[in-house]
Amino acid sequence: MTVEIPKEKWSGQVREVTIGATAEDGGTRTQTLTIGGETTLPFLHFEGSIPHRPALAIEIRDRKPDDWSPILLETWGEAMESPAAWAKAAEEAGADLIYLVLSLTTADGEENTPENARRVVREVLDATGLPLAVAGPGQADVDNELIVPVAEEAEGERILLGICEEGNYRTIVAAALANNHLVQSKTPMDVNLSKQLVILISDMGIPLERIVMDPTTGALGYGIEYGYSVMERLRLAALQGDSMTQQPMLVDPGAEAWKVKESKVGEGVPESWGDWQNRALEWEALTASSLVQSGADLLVLRHPDTLKRVKAMIDALLATTA
Amino acid sequence: MALSGLEIYKLLPQTNCKDCDFPTCLAFAMKLAAKQVELKDCPHISDEAAEKLASASAPPIRLIKLGGVDGKVEVGNETVLYRHEKTFFHRPGLFLRVRDDEDLEALKAKVAEADAFSVDYVGIDLYLDGFAVEAASGNADSFKKTVAAVIAGSKKPLILIAPEPDLAKAGLEAAEGLRPLLYAANAENWEAMADIAKNADVPLVVHAENLDDMADLTKKLQDRGLEDLVLDPAAGGYLQSLHTFTTLRRLAVKSNFRPLGFPIISFPGAQDGADESLLTAQHIAKYGGFIVIEKFEPAVLYPLLVLRQNIYTDPQKPIQVQPGIYEINNPTDESPLMVTTNFSITYFAIANEIEGTGRPGWLLVADAEGMSVLTAWAAGKFDAERIAKDAKAFGAEDKVSHKKIILPGHVSVLSGELEEELPGWEIMVGPREAVDIGSYLKAMWQA
Ligand code: B12
Ligand code: SF4
Repeated sequence: MTVEIPKEKWSGQVREVTIGATAEDGGTRTQTLTIGGETTLPFLHFEGSIPHRPALAIEIRDRKPDDWSPILLETWGEAMESPAAWAKAAEEAGADLIYLVLSLTTADGEENTPENARRVVREVLDATGLPLAVAGPGQADVDNELIVPVAEEAEGERILLGICEEGNYRTIVAAALANNHLVQSKTPMDVNLSKQLVILISDMGIPLERIVMDPTTGALGYGIEYGYSVMERLRLAALQGDSMTQQPMLVDPGAEAWKVKESKVGEGVPESWGDWQNRALEWEALTASSLVQSGADLLVLRHPDTLKRVKAMIDALLATTA
Repeated sequence: MALSGLEIYKLLPQTNCKDCDFPTCLAFAMKLAAKQVELKDCPHISDEAAEKLASASAPPIRLIKLGGVDGKVEVGNETVLYRHEKTFFHRPGLFLRVRDDEDLEALKAKVAEADAFSVDYVGIDLYLDGFAVEAASGNADSFKKTVAAVIAGSKKPLILIAPEPDLAKAGLEAAEGLRPLLYAANAENWEAMADIAKNADVPLVVHAENLDDMADLTKKLQDRGLEDLVLDPAAGGYLQSLHTFTTLRRLAVKSNFRPLGFPIISFPGAQDGADESLLTAQHIAKYGGFIVIEKFEPAVLYPLLVLRQNIYTDPQKPIQVQPGIYEINNPTDESPLMVTTNFSITYFAIANEIEGTGRPGWLLVADAEGMSVLTAWAAGKFDAERIAKDAKAFGAEDKVSHKKIILPGHVSVLSGELEEELPGWEIMVGPREAVDIGSYLKAMWQA
């Protein structure tokens, strides 16, 4: 019996977005990162093309964080003392992009300043040739105060500026427009909200080729299923031709997975949770790998082993000669 | 896959004889499509049409049930490609492989440990579904002995991996009275395997290297009277299994292709170069049915079971707990009263944490329609009015004498309004994260 293999005919395509600029394009990056461009669901090569692999970023901070799991502190060790060293270590770990998050306060508890933000971004740009993303601490007024000088400092580098949210996107988009950068558009796990914010941002005049869509995700066990399904729905809409859902998707499984008790805490937990180190790493790897399957184009991770494992999986899923 | 009224109409006699009590065949067809009447209400339908209609209304993926000494697993009956379209119904069964050429004592110990494994996730008990016992020695006696040892150590359902009919027979003898899954029929042995499976009334796996051969084999097995089949498409690692499993799911639910409308069995740990847990995760999300793993390791199994639970949660109904006032560590009227929402993940995060401190407390679980603290707050389902209403409805005043209530730190903004809604009460703001509740109570609660 000949079984006919069902194939979907999609009319839409995910937009291609390029982060970073080499000398040729007025920047100093040694490589750029292009994501998106798919004309089918994740890895279904038999019915469409997947021109760019899902990319993996490593999150670094402008200073050693106070509240990260000891497992992460041990892994990055000394490197966490300097953003430049941390960025280098992330590059060595195989990151495609450095995702720099600025802290609310400096190590001695003082408010973070525009000068400090500029300095850190400069250091990181000098330390690595990878493309860069920079996000504020997540408080609207502070984010704006820090991201604007960062955008100026990195002029011409085509960095990805985070994080535009419904209540706070104008200043960041304006900074991206003025300095030729890209923006991360983040909405809380809802197809329509994702579309709306992309529309609002593009209405300010920034081309769609410079918007990365972050549909938000939850960690394994803490709401991943919502994020997973919203991503599937967004991707299906994109392939069906709904233009405002056709941005490549960024998600942050690293931050989500390392926030939960399973990865943070080694003592006083049920014995059936198993070895702490292994469990914590599984938590991040399974959160990330599941989101790769649901359509992520760019994932932000925290642990280098997770990056290695997820990368191997992506390699295998792209090895179409098989 | 259901047929439309018009498709059904084409199969009816089209005589409009009204014996079904409907004015026309079309009217009857419409009712049948809506499942408001039964096929037998039309006395004139041909056998051929009846068969077509029955098979069209059967689920696109057959439900396969396994039973152990105690405990069962049901896999199949899925109707959608993406969980948001409705839901995924039957979680894939996770089985641990053991071999009859392992040291018997070591095997018994492993089975006992894996059998006892259980972990509580938001009030749901998660565990391994059973064991896949493989006749790796090729010796019938040794297989029999091993199957018996596994049954003695675990009441869970089994998969019997027996490459030859003799071994299959031996394994089934040892498992008499149970309903294991028999692995596997192939192009060479299918007749013998079919007869053995039929005799023992157990479901049978069909192994083939490609879908064309697979469909031929299932057809032959069905013609021989077997209905409970499971597919082993020998799908290999990440890419090939993604393509093959996706194709099988599409064939079943979109094309209603009967010959391949069965659950899939896979062996993610036996694939060269693949990471067992990541490939298992892929098979959980993308259409696996029975998943046989090679390693028993709690730190890996726990997140995999959680993933399976998450992917198979009904997207229309968040997992919830009953609203009310819960007692933790035998509280008295002096103990603190804290408030949270009835989203299971939220409730268990804070309740487990309070329990872990060893301190007694009351937890008012407000009816927030199963949403987390911030989600419910943003959606207007967890506001001062709602909290006050539930505090009154569940009798907070009678439980505590101190008239103090502790809010989750994330909704500190509610304290002013709550003061108005609950006159005479002191509103306290707790920490943002549940992990910090212990140190908070230590500092803020003298009782
Ligand atoms: C999953 C999720 C959803 C799911 C819903 C899941 C559910 N059943 O609740 C979906 C996708 C449906 C959803 C929808 C929405 N969401 Co939502 N969602 C999330 C997400 C990703 C995780 C929430 C979660 O489950 N957390 C885990 C639980 C355990 O956390 P928790 O309940 O807060 O409990 C913790 C603490 O509060 C504490 N705690 C709990 N109880 C108590 C009690 C005491 C006494 C103490 C001391 C502590 C304590 O312990 C827990 C562990 O630390 C968050 C973002 C994020 N990553 O956090 C956004 C988030 C909560 N959502 C948000 C929004 C805005 C929405 C929407 C309104 C969007 C929209 N406009 O449609 C809708 C509203 C729903 C509706 N029907 O209208 C916003 C809220 C913003 C704000 N600060 O107000 C968030 C923060 C995302 C964001 N950054 O914008 N969401
Ligand atoms: S009984 Fe059967 S043939 Fe007669 S009208 Fe009803 S559907 Fe048509």
